[in-house]
Amino acid sequence: MTIQVDESSNSPMSDIEALEQRILSEIGAATDEPGLEAVRVAALGKKGAVSELLKSLGGMSPEERRENGPLFNGLRDRIALAIAERKTALAREALDARLAFERIDVTLPARPEPRGTIHPVSQVQDEITAIFADLGFAVAEGPDVEYDDYNFTKLNIPPDHPARQMHDTFYVARQNDGDRHVLRTHTSPVQARVMLKQKPPIRVIVPGRAYRRDSDATHTPMFHQLEALVIDEETNLGHLRWVVEQFCSAFFEVDRIELRARPSFFPFTEPSVEWDMRCDRSGGQIKFGTGNDWLELGGSGMVHSRVLEMCGIDPARYQGFAFGFGLDRMAMLKYGAPDLRAFFDSDLRWLRHYGFAALDLPTLDGGLSR
Amino acid sequence: MKFTLSWLKEHLETDADARTIAETLTLIGLEVESLEDRSAALKDFVVACVVSEEKHPNADKLKLCMVDTGGEVVQVVCGAPNAHTGMKGVFAPPGAVIPVSGEALKISAIRGVESRGMLCSERELLLSDEHLGIIELKTDLAPGASAAHALGLDDPLFDVAITPNRGDCTSVAGIARDLAAVGIGRLKTPAVTPVPGAFASPLRIGLHFSAGAEKACPIFAGRLIRNVRNGPSPPWLQARLRAIGLRPISALVDVTNFIANDRGRPLHVFDADKLQGNMQARLAREGESVKALDGRMYDLDPETIVIADDVRALSIAGIMGGEDTGCTEETRNVFVESAWFDAQRIAASGRELGIQSDARYRFERGTDPEFVVQGLELATKLILEFCGGEPAETVVAGAVPVARAQIVFSPKIVRRLAGIQLPDDLIRGILVSLGFTVEGDHELSVTSPSWRSDIEGPADLVEEVVRIHGIDNVAAQPMPRPHAVARSVLTPAQKRMRAARRTLAGRGFNETIGYAFIPRAHSALFGGGDEARQLENPISADMDALRPSVLPSLLAAAQRNAARGFSDQLLFEIGAQFESGIPGAQATAASGIRVGGAVRSWTKDAHGADAFDAKADILAVLEAAMGAPMSAPAKSGAPGWYHPGRCGTLALGPKVLAYFGELHPSVLAVFDLRAPVSAFEIFLDAIPESKAKSRARPLFQPSPFPAVERDFAFVVEAKVTAEDIVKSARSAERNLIERVDVFDVYEGTGVPEGKKSLAIAVRLQPKDRTLTDAEIDAVAQKIVAAVGKATGGTLRT
Repeated sequence: MTIQVDESSNSPMSDIEALEQRILSEIGAATDEPGLEAVRVAALGKKGAVSELLKSLGGMSPEERRENGPLFNGLRDRIALAIAERKTALAREALDARLAFERIDVTLPARPEPRGTIHPVSQVQDEITAIFADLGFAVAEGPDVEYDDYNFTKLNIPPDHPARQMHDTFYVARQNDGDRHVLRTHTSPVQARVMLKQKPPIRVIVPGRAYRRDSDATHTPMFHQLEALVIDEETNLGHLRWVVEQFCSAFFEVDRIELRARPSFFPFTEPSVEWDMRCDRSGGQIKFGTGNDWLELGGSGMVHSRVLEMCGIDPARYQGFAFGFGLDRMAMLKYGAPDLRAFFDSDLRWLRHYGFAALDLPTLDGGLSR
Repeated sequence: MKFTLSWLKEHLETDADARTIAETLTLIGLEVESLEDRSAALKDFVVACVVSEEKHPNADKLKLCMVDTGGEVVQVVCGAPNAHTGMKGVFAPPGAVIPVSGEALKISAIRGVESRGMLCSERELLLSDEHLGIIELKTDLAPGASAAHALGLDDPLFDVAITPNRGDCTSVAGIARDLAAVGIGRLKTPAVTPVPGAFASPLRIGLHFSAGAEKACPIFAGRLIRNVRNGPSPPWLQARLRAIGLRPISALVDVTNFIANDRGRPLHVFDADKLQGNMQARLAREGESVKALDGRMYDLDPETIVIADDVRALSIAGIMGGEDTGCTEETRNVFVESAWFDAQRIAASGRELGIQSDARYRFERGTDPEFVVQGLELATKLILEFCGGEPAETVVAGAVPVARAQIVFSPKIVRRLAGIQLPDDLIRGILVSLGFTVEGDHELSVTSPSWRSDIEGPADLVEEVVRIHGIDNVAAQPMPRPHAVARSVLTPAQKRMRAARRTLAGRGFNETIGYAFIPRAHSALFGGGDEARQLENPISADMDALRPSVLPSLLAAAQRNAARGFSDQLLFEIGAQFESGIPGAQATAASGIRVGGAVRSWTKDAHGADAFDAKADILAVLEAAMGAPMSAPAKSGAPGWYHPGRCGTLALGPKVLAYFGELHPSVLAVFDLRAPVSAFEIFLDAIPESKAKSRARPLFQPSPFPAVERDFAFVVEAKVTAEDIVKSARSAERNLIERVDVFDVYEGTGVPEGKKSLAIAVRLQPKDRTLTDAEIDAVAQKIVAAVGKATGGTLRT
């Protein structure tokens, strides 16, 4: 808005001009918000100078009013605007002054937050589960304390069978039920449990703890196994090889792996096969798929017809394979953790070194490992 | 099972080298654990002959020898006192790596005279500690011949792991048979020819088993040989035994060890002059004991088979002979025992007695019953050869048990189980080469050889065929996918476990895995320590009890970490805890501890771990596991390992979901941990499964009317719980009150003794209108009245 000044007009006009000049200079002189507010009240408050001028319009003739109305209103608007502008400027000055004062040392450490970790065995278990879920395998479980019948007899290892010596078994004290149970020496009793409960087709893996009375540099009395069981009408050794191949290739994240099958003996499989994977240990680190070394993966075979029978499955109609690999060992190999005993020692330094972040949940689309 | 290449070649005509043989054995299921080629380190060393010697011009104790190394005659400086013209020794040419130093030999000048090689001592070749003189070879080999050969070290040693089903391969002959079947050479095991008896046996033998136990020993053969002279066995036999790590003892004993390893037939020799009356096999009598050849006395249980005379038990049958009747240098009359014992019974007795022996190793894997008498004949032949004497007629009690399985076998089953198509002729050929009898055309009638007690059915034959054909030749076959897009496979319980694990790690906890067994004393602190949770055979005294809770594992870990200098720790484990030693009497617990927590930080906002940290932990886990916040309130109190006044329980009806709180100071003292330590135990199996039938969420319907919040501070008796106040406040006007939050608790100045002030914020959310001040005041009055009525609390003024 432009202020219209009529040079020919008389004193009221210059009075108003003087008033405006005075108020504007007061506004300019206000150094803080209360000072500015006092100026505002003196000008625009109920009894302020400008308000009084506006009130005076009421006593004027229509002509006077027509002449003075726009003058007075214009004055009020200009003053109000000037106050508002000054207020904003004062606020900005005050903020600038405050901010100029507020300073932190950004090199101070962040607020402490503990960094949690997932144990490598759990992580690897999740990786394995993701791979086998894609192949249609469910995850089965069983108890750690197991019936002798499931741990041995139903797996075609009758009492006093020399094969029982392959398992250094922990026995639990005789119970109230009169029986003496074992800590399962492998995850294979879950095979029996699954077959007794579920009709074929069956595809399960059993990752879990197992116990043997064995403790040295490379053995701990508790360890983890990965069991797999497939039962249907046609599954054969060729399928077993394919599954082991697919699994190892996915798990170790190597496109080309080379497996070696060796005949072996397990009472619960016939024929029985042990698997080795070609590797290269020459560079201090293990590499898969090349080299002149073989890495033992574990045992497997076609489920023994007598095991099928004892578990309520007709061997004339159904057949399938099972395998059992060392889960801890797979974690050790994949993630370069050389000492099995450290897995169960709960050393915070180890847990932090080999552990995984909470949100590193392995997926097939995002990759099993970062 | 150990054997050398030369021993193998007694049974197998082959040109294959040791490496090929080892690789083949592994690929047919006889895993070679080691192949020791002791000649490899000596490949550059040759036989050399000292053709002349003279004194070193500059040293008294050194000699200059001219040595014929086959190709040339070289000058060698030698300090050995025994070096002399005409002797043969082991020569290391320049460049040869000397085993003791691992360094290559250089042409050097010794005291100004050049030496082009070295004559070696036993120590330099790591054969013994002998280093005073050089090796003198007594050999006909010409200079230049392999020194390893001259030393008898060019005989590679195999060590094969025999699986429990392959008793037939606990012998060199059996291993040779498998190698021949796979095409590595031709089997040439000599046939055993009977040795006629010179006189009727004065010793009779008998089988004395009660009905039902006859299977323990169906056949027992024996032979008396008179007037033997028991000295050292011949050098070739001693060398064979030594090569596989056995100590030669005497000709009679060495013969039994040789036949056990050569043919897999364990035998035992008794000094016949120490026997009283006739011989028998029977089960041990109550209270009977035998002093075995290892010098130890063994108390026998009545399931153990013994060989006895008319008076007493003499030996633990199939496991170990007795000391009293063993053969010595003085033995003149020997009784040789060859019997067949039940494998399972031997395994059981061996384990019970804790005796490992070569006999047990073979009997429990299964021995060939048809070789019982042949083994005895072979032993007789060798004893006569080494010790002289006259053999009595062989006496036999019982009869050879039937060991051959008759199996109807369709070659199609090879394809069915193994997934490979093999010609019928190939299948038949493999079985025949392994000693099976095969008759018929398409449906084969297969009879197993007497030495293969492990063969029971068609699947075993498939294994034999595939094993020899090469199991590695079975090609991979893709399995059909059950669904084009894989389905979720985890059970709700498995998902809960995963959610709990990832939640706790997200809250800063480090996951641990602890042993299921802990010290009994620790177990007792957590409600265990009873007999039912004890292990019968713990691996160590401090791992003898199944853990009744995961917490002691975590506390022990915290103790170890504290010793490593970590004062602040957040540890958790998801694992089994045990109620007894019965299968299934276990629960999966997600348990955690917060140790310390008073992190020194410039931010000054840390606090010592307390029960409310643990409460936050369990609420977070339960929410993650259930997919919804936990609504049930905590109740005061938890088991005795918690601080009695600072612990709580979360339960749904009778089902305890979790305990939380500070741990009892006396429990912490056991683990050398100082307070504060807060802990929680979440029982994942007790968490209810979601009942939601649909994936769809309830419709989102926010109220368009403003919510109002009002604060109230009540003065109540100190024992009144926050839950009492919150619950009563909420009940004042259920339709309007959306939530009630406790925001202050205060005891002290301004609040009377024995009372506390508890402040709540109540949020009112109308659904159909904006509340007027009058309505809000009315609700406030109702809240004050409801809290007053339920708790006796009054508004703090």
